[in-house]
Amino acid sequence: MNAPGNEPVDIETAIPIPMAMLAELTHRCPLKCPYCSNPLELTRRSAELSAEEWVEVFRQAAALGVLHVHLSGGEPASRKDLGEITTGAVEAGLYTNLITSGVGLTEANFADLAARGLDHVQLSVQGVDAEAADRIGGFRGGFDTKMRVADWVAREGIPLTINAVMHRQNLDRLPETIELAVKLGARRLEVANTQYHGWADLNRAALMPTPEQAKRASEVVAETRERLKGTLVIDYVPPDHFAKYPKPCMGGWSRVGLCVKPEGKVLPCHAAETITTLEFQNVRDVPLEEIWKKGPAFTAYRGTHWMQEPCNSCERKTKDWGGCRCQAFAWTGDAAATDPVCTLSPEHARMRAAAETDSAAHADEFVYRTIGGADRARAKEPAS
Amino acid sequence: MTALADSDIPFLPRGVRLRHCDVRKAWFLLAPERAVKLDPVGAHVLQALDGERDFAAVVGHLAAQFDAPQDRIATDAGAFLTEMRNRRMVEVRS
Ligand code: SF4
Ligand code: SF4
Repeated sequence: MNAPGNEPVDIETAIPIPMAMLAELTHRCPLKCPYCSNPLELTRRSAELSAEEWVEVFRQAAALGVLHVHLSGGEPASRKDLGEITTGAVEAGLYTNLITSGVGLTEANFADLAARGLDHVQLSVQGVDAEAADRIGGFRGGFDTKMRVADWVAREGIPLTINAVMHRQNLDRLPETIELAVKLGARRLEVANTQYHGWADLNRAALMPTPEQAKRASEVVAETRERLKGTLVIDYVPPDHFAKYPKPCMGGWSRVGLCVKPEGKVLPCHAAETITTLEFQNVRDVPLEEIWKKGPAFTAYRGTHWMQEPCNSCERKTKDWGGCRCQAFAWTGDAAATDPVCTLSPEHARMRAAAETDSAAHADEFVYRTIGGADRARAKEPAS
Repeated sequence: MTALADSDIPFLPRGVRLRHCDVRKAWFLLAPERAVKLDPVGAHVLQALDGERDFAAVVGHLAAQFDAPQDRIATDAGAFLTEMRNRRMVEVRS
């Protein structure tokens, strides 16, 4: 018995086989979370891949070696043909995970997805009660809907993971978030601190946690993991601005996973479009296998050939792969630079100072994720 | 977790699936956010779980299939299934 992918390989010549695919079925979503990982320019419905096109993408992904598919969005339930899409994923042999806010699902259409062979559900919670959750999600009634969805999932016997994105305005309520996950019958809880790309970057001053909050949260996770052993598995992603080394973003660029956007664009990571120097291909034009193996965006930062100092001579370079390319680009304008989260990066002090300034900002108002919302927010800012 | 009794019926719960990957030429056990690559023994043990057979019948089935001694199979399969149970990838009813 061994974990996948641990055979010795030449990391510069061997092309890894992908494990997982994130399928962003749509950018439509009734919620407006201010940290949404979707791009600021949301894809419109008319540009979305059809159900038949998604089914073909799933077949190609399975043939490439993908094992897990994450049906995500936006809100996947915004698509009327989610059933057909789910069947396509199941028939391709993929392990099928639905990532949903719950809003838009009904008891009948959830039972239908279950009957089609859905394997797992990840339900997001924006806060621990209706008042907090509905303010952050920008949608009244969202919280109550989720509570019902969790019930339907339990009744079907489908394993449930609760996803909670954490930030300054809810990190102190982490213990209650954990209790809520237990109450809803979840077996896993993913508590991830916000990644500051796209919408979250626009909202840094309202979201960035304080270093004290980050420290306390790590302690809570450690204590609770011990107490809930056997009941709940907690996957915790700490806020990386206060860490020593970066996380191995995506398990390494083009190594483990890929992301397909609503219109069919294929990305090494869901945020990769923020790197404006990269060129992306579309499954409508190029087979998935060719994109994965030879696509310019995929080969650009695969392996270690592209690294600069301090990464290039660092012993951690195949552990964290130099961190997040998107963050490196956002801070330095060069996606091949060391992730500024790393304490060895020459940009680290500047990034850390900015994070502390943001965390001390007493600005709790959000720019909500809406079509055109980013432009309106930018227009309000004084010109710089 | 205690060892399996002969009358325990081990099974794969909803949300856990066996799949052969043609690209990697190996069997995998798939669960939420996890993929466990199986060696041939592990794959055969899990394939023998049909939701009807109890542990004794699983051992009998494998012993016949591989023409191997029952007690060895019982030890190996028992240890493997207990490990999978601890990871919540196998469940048991009696
Ligand atoms: S220098 Fe690069 S490889 Fe080394 S720890 Fe920092 S980010 Fe990772
Ligand atoms: S580096 Fe970019 S591509 Fe990688 S996980 Fe971070 S945001 Fe995504």
